[in-house]
Amino acid sequence: MSEARERILAGIRSSLNRGHLDPKAEAELRAHIAAHRRNLVPARATTLDHPQRVELFVTMAEEVQATVTRASSLAVVPEAVAHYLAAENLPAELVMAPDPSLDAIPREMRPLLRIRRGRAEAADKVSLTPCHAAIAETGTLLLVSGPQTPTTLNFLPDTHIVVVRGDQVVATYEDSLDRLRAARGSEALPRVINFITGPSRTADIEQHIELGAHGPRRLHIVLVEDGQATRSVEDDEQRSAPAE
Amino acid sequence: MLATSRTFVANARAGLANENLQHALGLARTGFPLRRGLAIERLPEFEALRETGRSIKDHTLEHLDFYLELYESKVVASGGKVHWARTPQEVCAAVLQICRSVGAKLVTKGKSMIAEEVGLNEFLEANGITPVETDLGEYIIQLRHEPPSHIIAPAIHLIKEQVAETFRAEHRSLDPDRSLAEPRQMCDEARAVLRPRFLAADVGITGANFLVAETGSSIIVTNEGNGDLTQTLPRVHIVVTSLEKLVPTLEDAVTLLRLLARSATGQEFSSYTTISTGPRRPGDLDGPEQYHVVLLDNGRSELIGTEFQDMLRCIRCSACINHCPVYAAAGGHAYGWVYPGPMGAVLTPSLIGIEEAGHLPNASTFCGRCESVCPVKIPLPKMMRHWREREYARKLSPPVYRTGLSVWAWVARRPALYHALAEVACRVLGWAGRERGRFRALPLASVWTRVRDMPAPEGRSFHSLWAERRN
Amino acid sequence: MRVALFVTCLVDLFRPTIGFAAVKLLEQAGCTVEVPRAQTCCGQPAYNSGDRSDATAIALQVFDAFAGYDHVVAPSGSCAGMIRQHYPELFTGDPVNLPRAQELAGRTWELTSFLVDVCRMRAVTARWDREVTYHDACSGLRELGVKLQPRHLLASVAGLRLRELPGAEVCCGFGGTFCIKYPDISDKMVTDKEADIVATGAEAVLAGDLGCLLNIAGKLYRQGRRIEVRHVAEVLAGMTEEAPPIGEAR
Repeated sequence: MSEARERILAGIRSSLNRGHLDPKAEAELRAHIAAHRRNLVPARATTLDHPQRVELFVTMAEEVQATVTRASSLAVVPEAVAHYLAAENLPAELVMAPDPSLDAIPREMRPLLRIRRGRAEAADKVSLTPCHAAIAETGTLLLVSGPQTPTTLNFLPDTHIVVVRGDQVVATYEDSLDRLRAARGSEALPRVINFITGPSRTADIEQHIELGAHGPRRLHIVLVEDGQATRSVEDDEQRSAPAE
Repeated sequence: MLATSRTFVANARAGLANENLQHALGLARTGFPLRRGLAIERLPEFEALRETGRSIKDHTLEHLDFYLELYESKVVASGGKVHWARTPQEVCAAVLQICRSVGAKLVTKGKSMIAEEVGLNEFLEANGITPVETDLGEYIIQLRHEPPSHIIAPAIHLIKEQVAETFRAEHRSLDPDRSLAEPRQMCDEARAVLRPRFLAADVGITGANFLVAETGSSIIVTNEGNGDLTQTLPRVHIVVTSLEKLVPTLEDAVTLLRLLARSATGQEFSSYTTISTGPRRPGDLDGPEQYHVVLLDNGRSELIGTEFQDMLRCIRCSACINHCPVYAAAGGHAYGWVYPGPMGAVLTPSLIGIEEAGHLPNASTFCGRCESVCPVKIPLPKMMRHWREREYARKLSPPVYRTGLSVWAWVARRPALYHALAEVACRVLGWAGRERGRFRALPLASVWTRVRDMPAPEGRSFHSLWAERRN
Repeated sequence: MRVALFVTCLVDLFRPTIGFAAVKLLEQAGCTVEVPRAQTCCGQPAYNSGDRSDATAIALQVFDAFAGYDHVVAPSGSCAGMIRQHYPELFTGDPVNLPRAQELAGRTWELTSFLVDVCRMRAVTARWDREVTYHDACSGLRELGVKLQPRHLLASVAGLRLRELPGAEVCCGFGGTFCIKYPDISDKMVTDKEADIVATGAEAVLAGDLGCLLNIAGKLYRQGRRIEVRHVAEVLAGMTEEAPPIGEAR
């Protein structure tokens, strides 16, 4: 195959009417790459303050059929999750990413919510993961693979629940990548970076949009805004109680 | 994939007569432009981003050798392997060798137009390996033994009744009396049938919407999540892709991604956009053990530096296809190969030859709608015209047109003669059509008058009338 | 301003009325109009068929015929587009003729665009009591940006009501030799256009290019429709009494 490699590269250079790039030109290109220069970034979310960005994130996520509830702290998340699963008529058990960021979530808050930690298996119906960032411009979640955040959690189960902390909301994709690079430091980027915008869908049959093609049918976001929640789990419970 | 582009005219006629296809195309030809229009209305920077997208791609092509070498070094550094392939045969050989090395029997596939281009499925089957398409549209046409008719919506030519019929015929272990009246039911059935395949596959093959030189990553864009299951669950992930998918940095990829979904389906962003770099890392609980990239040339490197270079900017969004009135009339299968519509009309001759694909760049009115919606500003009509120039120079166009054209041009360069002949033609035809003002039939113009009337000339040429009025 | 009329071969052969309408409008706008005799065709049929050599020869003839005028105006987006957009492409790399092509391109216009964008014409004095719809011919629209200009002027025609055509910007299927080489596809496209026109309920359909109009008129008649087809220039120039619609006898 290395003959193919040489032939292809030589063919490209011949088409470009030159030999190898000279070292100076190469160095310029490498410097350009290392600078992580942004191209034109839409103003949509960049002109907003943080609370507005959070609202935009929620609006855009709901627009693509993700559902969002708010929780006042990580401690309240199991209750919010159990409430959600009950409302959706789903069994009260899930597989959770073994990630330190979710450690503050008590495992035994409600006796009816069974939690296993690990990767997803075929039989898992519900998963719970953290995210790395929540991007306001299109209501997109950024999740990364790792020993504590296996990728199968994002795709195998029918229902995927993501815990988003308010301080993880950023304006743009570029912001989310910068955040990721900063967190990784000198470590290489993760094996997989997932940008997830709403649940799985297809329009392959007469362009009817159907959710849950192969990936999760439901994407539920629990937005944890410590001390800044405008709604609480209790308010949601009251709102969804049957009318008299 | 075997080409039937030579019989474009007959293919198109069949498409026009196909009621199911016409119904399906009717939905698409208004739906896609509407949704794209709404999406770009919401993004004031869209026009400026088209220019940025164009310059990212142009820059990459001008330095493609550098970026390919950088890309390869990064893939290797992350534990992956790059296999360079000049031809379709080399792609198939590389994929087979990888599959054999792990004793693969079952392969799941995310959507890949390169895999179509090289005929990968047929090749694997001939070598005792079973490929299963997982994108719903690709799965449906795999069951029907049909090629895709669109580059992002492969089964767009079908109505739901046809899909139901196919599922009933092929999913024989299921209850024959079950209802498949609605897309929801068929979607659920496909999900249930394919889930065990995802889990059992030895090898997962995807394409790549982009390759990132900075990091050695492949990017897939799906809505279903099938690509992610395909590349995460099996022991081996093979990316089958081509040279021009490369972009320099993640920031460049993100810019193009802002253009892609909006141009394709009118979505803000696809449900799943995934950046993958190498096989699983120490401590990972899932992910493939091996990551391979098979990188195809198949004549693309030769387009660089030619009048067709701009075609290599294509990000396979399908906006041109969705806005093309010729595609909307004839359907994708008329084009006879992997790539339909305007982008197919330009790319196909460069990959399979102008003798085979000559009709494609000719079957256009140059209305220009494709170019106006291309997110990276490819001048598609201009390149179709360049193909016509090549055909003309090689005398590939039918003699009757060449002769007619030569006569017209010869006369047009002799104004006095032209005006004299024009006046004669006007008087004759004007007189012949004086009673009705139009012809139902006209010798030498039967192709026109078979389906339309021909308005009659007014009876005098403008130049002769003008000369009279001046005196 | 000294303006030369680029007649176009279709207008010359099929409908001189359009040429006279153009002259009338240009004179109303204060121009002196001449019609160079040594013009025949813009060369687009050759150009689009890949015959650059004939296209070049015809273009050189056009350079000579239209030298010295302040502006060149054509009642056709297709021909004006050929001169404005494609002549410079035709002479790429030609140090002598490229400047001539660029110079001519810079002073060549489609009619309604010239009247509105250059002459700053805001209204016409014509009257025509009709419900009208409008087809945007592709070259004018996409190569020359002709969209609002005809609508501006039509809005000033007394008694005229304009209904926008859904799919106004979709090709009618004429495409020069396309309708002969790919007649089945062309027929489908013009059939769709005809259905869209009929669905507006309009009494008349207008456009700025005679190729489109012949195609559309031919189809409307074949389908038994009684919808008038005219070039926008005839309506703006108030010449609707002088000539019957396209395809009708005197």
